[in-house]
Amino acid sequence: MHAEDKLTYETWPAEPEKSTLEAKNKFLGFWFFLGGETVLFASLFATYLALKDKVPDTTHHLAKDLFELPLTFVATMLLLTSSLTSVYAMYHMKNFNAKKMNFWLVLTLLLGAAFLVLEIYEFNHYVHEFHHTFTSSAFGSAFYTLVGFHGGHVAFGLLWITTLIVRNSKRGLDLYNAPKFYVASLYWHFIDVVWVFIFTVVYLMGMVG
Amino acid sequence: MSTYAQKKGFGATLWDFLTTVDHKKIAILYLIAGGFFFVVGGLEAVFIRIQLAVPNNDFVSAGLFNEIITMHGTTMIFLAAMPLVFAFMNAVMPLQIGARDVAFPFVNALGFWLFFFGGVFLNLSWFFDGAPDAGWTSYASLAMASKGHGIDFYVLGLQISGLGTLIGGINFLVTIINMRAPGMTYMRMPLFTWTTFVTSALILFAFPPLTVGLVLMMFDRMFGSNFFVTTMGGNTVIWEHLFWIFGHPEVYILILPAFGIFSEIFPIFSRKRLFGYSSMVFATVLIGFLGFMVWAHHMFTTGLGPVANAIFAVATMAIGVPTGIKIFNWLFTVWGGSVKFTTPMHWAMAFIPSFLAGGVTGVMLAVAAADYQYHDTYFVVAHFHYVIVGGVVFAIFAGTHLYWPKMFGTMLNETLGKITFWLFFVGFHMTFFIQHFLGLWGMPRRVFTYLPGQGFETSNLISSIGAVFMSLGVIVMLYNIIITSVKNVKVGNDPWGDGRTLEWALPSPPPFYNFKQLPLVRGLDAYWLEKMEGKKGMTPAEPLGDIHMPNSSILPFVIAFGLFVAAFGALFNMDDKAWSVPVLIIGLLITFGAMFLRSVKDDHGFHIHKEELMEDDNDKGVKA
Repeated sequence: MHAEDKLTYETWPAEPEKSTLEAKNKFLGFWFFLGGETVLFASLFATYLALKDKVPDTTHHLAKDLFELPLTFVATMLLLTSSLTSVYAMYHMKNFNAKKMNFWLVLTLLLGAAFLVLEIYEFNHYVHEFHHTFTSSAFGSAFYTLVGFHGGHVAFGLLWITTLIVRNSKRGLDLYNAPKFYVASLYWHFIDVVWVFIFTVVYLMGMVG
Repeated sequence: MSTYAQKKGFGATLWDFLTTVDHKKIAILYLIAGGFFFVVGGLEAVFIRIQLAVPNNDFVSAGLFNEIITMHGTTMIFLAAMPLVFAFMNAVMPLQIGARDVAFPFVNALGFWLFFFGGVFLNLSWFFDGAPDAGWTSYASLAMASKGHGIDFYVLGLQISGLGTLIGGINFLVTIINMRAPGMTYMRMPLFTWTTFVTSALILFAFPPLTVGLVLMMFDRMFGSNFFVTTMGGNTVIWEHLFWIFGHPEVYILILPAFGIFSEIFPIFSRKRLFGYSSMVFATVLIGFLGFMVWAHHMFTTGLGPVANAIFAVATMAIGVPTGIKIFNWLFTVWGGSVKFTTPMHWAMAFIPSFLAGGVTGVMLAVAAADYQYHDTYFVVAHFHYVIVGGVVFAIFAGTHLYWPKMFGTMLNETLGKITFWLFFVGFHMTFFIQHFLGLWGMPRRVFTYLPGQGFETSNLISSIGAVFMSLGVIVMLYNIIITSVKNVKVGNDPWGDGRTLEWALPSPPPFYNFKQLPLVRGLDAYWLEKMEGKKGMTPAEPLGDIHMPNSSILPFVIAFGLFVAAFGALFNMDDKAWSVPVLIIGLLITFGAMFLRSVKDDHGFHIHKEELMEDDNDKGVKA
């Protein structure tokens, strides 16, 4: 099959994300990219664990003073749900239904944006209530870098998926853009998985000391 | 589209290279840029040896000496050795597996331009109040205290060029997995392709820790964070770990492709298949795996404790096993062969004892208790120059002579090649052998001078004279390149006469689509098999048909250039210069604008039609 082929519901392949050589390459290359990203986040996690609660003096707040479970629980639920909606979007992509795919992708975007709003509120809260800033201690630097890198990834994902939706809104699905939607959803799952680790390592382990 | 044979003006050629996505042209770009930085790093080495030739020398000041050694190491590793290795990977690997191009031609070009602009940015530090001066490892405890902008140039320059390397690694991995010609199974892949494969995997997993380390240092220096500020709870050992988790695999990233090049040369010029092919593959993979397990042997004296030191010492010694397997396999390949002593074979034969010496001192250094004696002495300097020059640089010279006809269509002069070899080989051992003893006698590395009467005078002078021989060797080689390019005597498909792998079945240089019809691979050393059966070329695996090719694009250049501009803005923002923020924003707009353009503009490439391919055949009488 070729990327330029005009396809219908009947001729649409079962795995449109892997049906041309270019698509296969993109699919595999993106998995490798995520492998590299995994090491990137692993390095940030290691740095965070080494610097957790490392503050210059006792006036600074530690992890157990800062974090509140209700807020991060809501954030976690928002992001996990957005992963689910992106699965629905890919289900409709595989069924050659661009309209429904776009609907679920927009829902994914809204949930992701809500997550980001909560995160901004959270950071703002720490800065103003606890004077826990990027420059106040090594703990602060490591916390904002790890969680902020994840937040940056979410923001980039929002821009990316928005661009994809807008660019392809008029022309529907083909074998050229289907792999693009697919790797964007892979990316979205990846940042969701990273968040699960942040939730565990930063917040849950932070609460218990 | 059969335009590759036409004569072009300089402007058109330049534009062609700025926009090319062809792996063979990108290889030439890597070769030129890497060669340029090799000469720059070489000049820095010469300055080091002039300064150290006699005691109490004042050729350069102590501060400038620190900048020179830092830039020598950084330039040679990141901007000379890696790009030169990438040049051969790009030039040869897709041909060896019978692919039309790499998996992501656009990304391939982007990778080159990121490396290039990162390297230029780093070297521009010489013109803006000083180069980095904390050593190529840039340990945070030193780097955080460094005045001026040297370290910032290091951090931003390496970040940009590191991105280029990372995407290059992903590209090669996907190419090798997805784009092998029919019949090219994994265990029929030439060893150079195998080492490219394993190297790319190492790049993928080793570069992100460097990225993180550089980000942390950038945050500390530019935005006031406290990762490495101990009074604020920071910890400088984090940098050491992140750097060496990258840095140790990095030396395997350099040496594995070198092993690959030698594993091509030995069979070609012994006219005998590689001894123990499958054990070579196994050893390559094992070295790649173990390469990630040994980073803390660079930190034996940091104080990680006896348990950590013992584990890393044993893991390090274990790498000697697969490396030893390789050495024996090379020896057995030559054994009983009908050996032709060409220039590449000279380098290959000299590589074995030279690299072995570096390996032996490596095992000595792995003994953690003894390392307290060797640490930070010239013994270490001698060790890593034996493995990197005796291994990687020898391979780059060998590869340049071996693949020059395939890349440029003309041979380098053999006599001059051998003169280069003897000058460089003698100079290399003269420079570095004595440094083992200097180290054992107590001369510390990274010092800008020494006193008379410490017993270091004669040895340092010998070492400096050796550097002269090495420089002469490089000059002869440059002369060789110039005169053979001017003469430009064209050669055929298989100029060495004994090529074994697919690249030698193609014209030199190959047409831009490589194989007109994908070849059928029937075993290891696919081209050799066909020749042994009396055939002229490869059997095609498909009928002649349209070939799908990617479009050229200036966007990779623009994306990398934007980051180059943005890096200046970020760097001078530390001085509160009013123009810095606009420059940063403009640079990022250029980069992200170009990326956005790439995303929204469809690029389906083009087709070379069957009829044009048939015309080519008639014009040039080329069989591919």
